[in-house]
Order: sequence, then C-alpha cells, then structure tokens
Amino acid sequence: MKNEVIFNNITKHFKQTEALSNVSFSIREGEFFSILGPSGCGKTTLLRILAGFESPDEGAILLNNQDITNLPTNKRPVNTVFQNYALFPHLTIEENIAFGLRIKKISEDQIQRDIDQMLELIQMAPHRHKYPHQISGGQKQRVAIARALVNKPKVLLLDEPLAALDLKLRQKMLIDLDIIHDEVGITFIFVTHDQEEAMAVSDRIAILNNGRLEQIGTPTEIYETPKSRFVARFIGDTNFFDGIVEQVIDKEYSLLHFDDFPPVKCFHDLPLTKGDLVHLSVRPEKIQISKEPPQENPMFNCMKGTIDDKVYKGDHTHFGVVVNNRKLSVTKQHNRFLLDQTQIDWEDEVWISWHANDGFIFSREKHA
Amino acid sequence: MPRKKLKETLMSLPSFVWLTAFFLLPFIIICVYAFKPADIYGTVLKGWTLSTLNSLGNVYFYKLLWRSLWMSIFSTLVCLVLAVPMGYQMATSSPKWRNLMLMFIIIPFWSSFLIRIFAWKTILHPEGLFHQACVFIGLISQSTPLLYTNFAVVIVMVYTFIPFALLPIYTSAVKFDFQLIEAAMDLGASRIRAITKVFIPGIKKGILTAALMVFIPAIGTYVIPDLVGGVNSDMIGNKIAQKTFAERNIPEASAISMILTLIILIPLGILVLYSRKGRNLEIRSRE
Repeated sequence: MKNEVIFNNITKHFKQTEALSNVSFSIREGEFFSILGPSGCGKTTLLRILAGFESPDEGAILLNNQDITNLPTNKRPVNTVFQNYALFPHLTIEENIAFGLRIKKISEDQIQRDIDQMLELIQMAPHRHKYPHQISGGQKQRVAIARALVNKPKVLLLDEPLAALDLKLRQKMLIDLDIIHDEVGITFIFVTHDQEEAMAVSDRIAILNNGRLEQIGTPTEIYETPKSRFVARFIGDTNFFDGIVEQVIDKEYSLLHFDDFPPVKCFHDLPLTKGDLVHLSVRPEKIQISKEPPQENPMFNCMKGTIDDKVYKGDHTHFGVVVNNRKLSVTKQHNRFLLDQTQIDWEDEVWISWHANDGFIFSREKHA
Repeated sequence: MPRKKLKETLMSLPSFVWLTAFFLLPFIIICVYAFKPADIYGTVLKGWTLSTLNSLGNVYFYKLLWRSLWMSIFSTLVCLVLAVPMGYQMATSSPKWRNLMLMFIIIPFWSSFLIRIFAWKTILHPEGLFHQACVFIGLISQSTPLLYTNFAVVIVMVYTFIPFALLPIYTSAVKFDFQLIEAAMDLGASRIRAITKVFIPGIKKGILTAALMVFIPAIGTYVIPDLVGGVNSDMIGNKIAQKTFAERNIPEASAISMILTLIILIPLGILVLYSRKGRNLEIRSRE
C-alpha cells in the first residue's frame, strides 16, 4: 500500500511551549489510522496542521506526494469532523450536508443525489428537514460525518468525534464509524485520547506524548511490544518495577535484580550489560495465579504472595497480590464454570508466575 | 400553570407601567392633538378636524419624508457595513484588545454630543482636516462643499450612531462559535464566503437589533441636519422642531410626530414578529 499522508519533521510552537517536536510518520492509503495520546500531547495540533488551520513552524506535509504545507484550508482535499460537530445552526440537516457541494457550484441535481446517498448512509433520511438543535448528539455526529464525506475527500479527519457522547452511544458510533470506513474506503485519521477506541477500530496507531512520537504500529504491536515506558503505561494496565541488570544470561534473556523483590528472568531486545538500570513491565493478564505451586520451569518466574484485594468482574477477577511489600495486579480469566473451582479469596496464599517472554524491559535513566 | 402566568405578569409589571406612562400615554396625547384644530397663533381649539393631517398631503412633506427615510436607511446601512467587520475583529481579538476597543467606542460618550457635532463642523469645513485630506488624495476639488450637505448629515449620523450598531453586533459576535468559520473553510469556503454564509446568519439577531438601534434615532434626528446640513437637508425632526418652537402649531407638530412614530413602529413590529417566530422554534425543540 502506498503512503498517502506524510508528516515530515513537523515542529510547532505556541508562544514558548513546543506543541510538536520533529514529528515524522506516514499514513497509508485507505487506512483507519489513529493518533492517540493524553490531552495536550499535540495530537489535535497535528490534525489541525493537516486540515490547514495551523501551519507548522518547520517541516512539511505531503498528500499523495504533493507538498500541501502552504495550501490554504479550502483548497485541501481533506475534510474534518469536529469534536463539537460544528454544524451550522441556521441550516437544516440537508443544507448542512449540501454546504460544501454548493460552495463548489455542483449542479443541484447532483447535490440532491449526493445528499440522498449520504442520508441513506447515515440513516438520517427522515430528519433531513430538521435543524441541528432538533436532533440528538449521536445524530449530529453522523450528520457531521456525512457533511464531510459528501465532498469525497481523500482523507477524513476526525477530531475526538466521540468525546461528547455517552458510553453506550460511543460504542455504537465506533462500530458505525468502522462500517462507514469499510463502505467509503478512504483514509480515516482519528484523533483520540481513549486507547480503547483507538485499539478497537484502528489499522495502525501513532502514540504521541509531549509533542513527540512515541511509537507507531498495529494495536497488537503497541499493546504487546511497547517501545517505551510511556506507551506501556498508557496502553492498558501494567505492573512496573525499577530494577538493575544482575546478569546477562545470553543474547535474549537476562536476570534482573530488585530491591525487596525476588530476581526476575526476562526477555530483552535491548543491548544490556550488567549494572544497567531498567524498567520491567508485566501485564496483569500475563501473570498466572493458583493456590498450588506451578511446575518447575526455568522459563517461568514463579513467586509466592498473598491476596490483598479481589474484584470479581464476571468474566474475570482482578487480584492484588502482595509479594515482599510490593503489590502486583493480576487478572484471571474465567474460561470454565467458576463455581466448580477452588476459589481464591482474600488473604489466601497464592503462587503467581509468568513466562520470561511476557515481561518487557526498558532502559531507565538514573534520575528517573 | 396559572401560578407561573401570575408570576410572569408580576415580573413584567414595572416595564408595563413604564411603557404606559412614558410611551403609550404620550403617544395617545400626540394622536389626540393631531386631530385638533388650531388658530394661526397656535392656540389649540375645541372640536375635531382632519384638516391638519390633510394639510400634510403636499409634495413638500412627501419630499421631506422621503429624504428622512433614505438618509436614515442609508446611514443605517453604512453603520452595519462598518460594524459587522469591526464586531468580527473585536470578537476574534484577545480579551485585552477587546476591552481596549470597547473603551475607544465608549470614550466619545463622555463628551457632549453637541460639542462632537461642532467638532465635525470644523473637520468638514473647506479649511478643515477631512476636507483637506479629501482634496489631497484627489477625491474632491477644493471648491466641492462637504459641510452643509446631505453627505455631511449622513457622515455625522454614521459617526454618532455607529456605537449603537457596534455594541449589539459585538455582543452577538462574542457568543458566535468561531469553529463554524473553520468548518466552512474546511468544506471549501474562502474566509469571505465563510463570513457571509455562516458568520452573518449567525449574528442575524444582533444585526437586526443594530439596524433598529441606528434607524430609530436616525430618522428622528434634528440636531445633526440643523448643524451640518444644508438648506435641503431638513428631516422630519427639523420639521417637528420648527412646528413646535417657531410656528407654535402643536396639532401640526403632533401629526408629524404621529407619522414618525408609526414609521418607526413598522420595522419594530416586523422584528418582534420575527423574533417570536424564532422563539417558538426554540420552545418546540425543547419539548
């Protein structure tokens, strides 16, 4: 697949603060691409630069190999779905959708056909003559999408489009978005701070933090092999430990030492030497928990702990397990009928274990 | 909801009393005088007559009425054309600049209205700053008069009434969601088109209020044509003043005032009907 949008060393300052610093990545044609990060990470600024509302201090944006950095907003073949919809209050749903087409002086016949098609796509045909204040939030959202899509943009930009909706509606809209993406087949760029939203629909995700690109990859890559401590923390839950490399066993594994915690064997893809400062991250669902000691296996880290808290969630239970004053979070999936099994309860002594491949190591600065 | 109705009635009572005492009653008195006969010394006589109103049906009065209308409508339009971009500019500025600009609009009110008009006499005078500047950039020749013309009346009216246009427009513009401009530009509109197609409809109520706020005092003005206007710049207000003070003909002055009030009430009525329509729409949406 060819690259459709390319951000090339984008840097942007607002007064003294640096909103984006040297951000470079590319987005492929037809991709559902998410830009994910906490608030203030620069993700919306990046989207506004692509839409043409802001211009970068340095760097260039390419769309289909054409430099659009200095192209004004109204000349760019991209359209935006705004967070607060930004529907024109004085126009009906139909007139809102027709706005871009009327600006382009397309024939009224064609406009009517395009509107009908869009109203069909968003299932809003019965509401075509209503005004924006007469429809619900979810409906406004769909109209905003239709108003953008009707212009047949090369890329659709979605700026936190679901933030203003309640949870149930958000989940439904997310599925709708996915369906619409499949139907129209153009590139979607979806800006969000909600990792679940991004994981659910994206082909690939770029993670931004403090105006810097942290990682770019498929949802699985990002979740399973985070490249930084920030990404590991931001995406999903994880147990974090600060430790020191005690022994590099071979090319792939090393033994880590922790204050007040048993040594841990872990896979590494960084060049490590003895004495390096590292972070270790282990996802709660990767840790197995049982009342009986598990079979000896040199690849497993195995230790004894006490249950400190237990939250039953139906499909899984979340445990807090204390090992040497340190609390680990552990998730146990209930794949079998739970009532037949020996229950793990509060203050029980348990064994926890995880495979050396299921932890990941990041290097750590001395002061961190 | 009779209780709520009662409360609403009580709440609107003060303004109702005020309007009755200072608008409705005087207006009725004027209307009554308009149908009273008078002798040549200005004494109002008993009985009723239509002759005062009939006597207004002459070419001179029609001309006066027409001139008052076009001069005030034209001044209103100029005020709106200037105030809309100014309001846009103010609303998009930082709060610091906004307040500074508001100050500049309000400061002239601290000095007397008459003094400011006399100042314009100096400015528009053939030796004055404005006249000289116009000659310098080649707009007019030295012999073209500016002072004592209809042009002078319009320019001073615009100067005097523009704050009344700017303030309501600014108030609407501040409440306007400027992301809509971005949305319009995103959909392919140039900035100018985004402003005409989205901003202006968005502040429509402010523009209508501004139009009334300028038109109503403009059509009744008499000091401005009196001081900077020429022999053919008289407006209705001058006629009323002349009938009242010079000729002491109260019935004739009342008849003209009545017509003036009716002229003002027509656009006001349209606005009220219009805004009621808008309010019904809102109420329906809330249900």
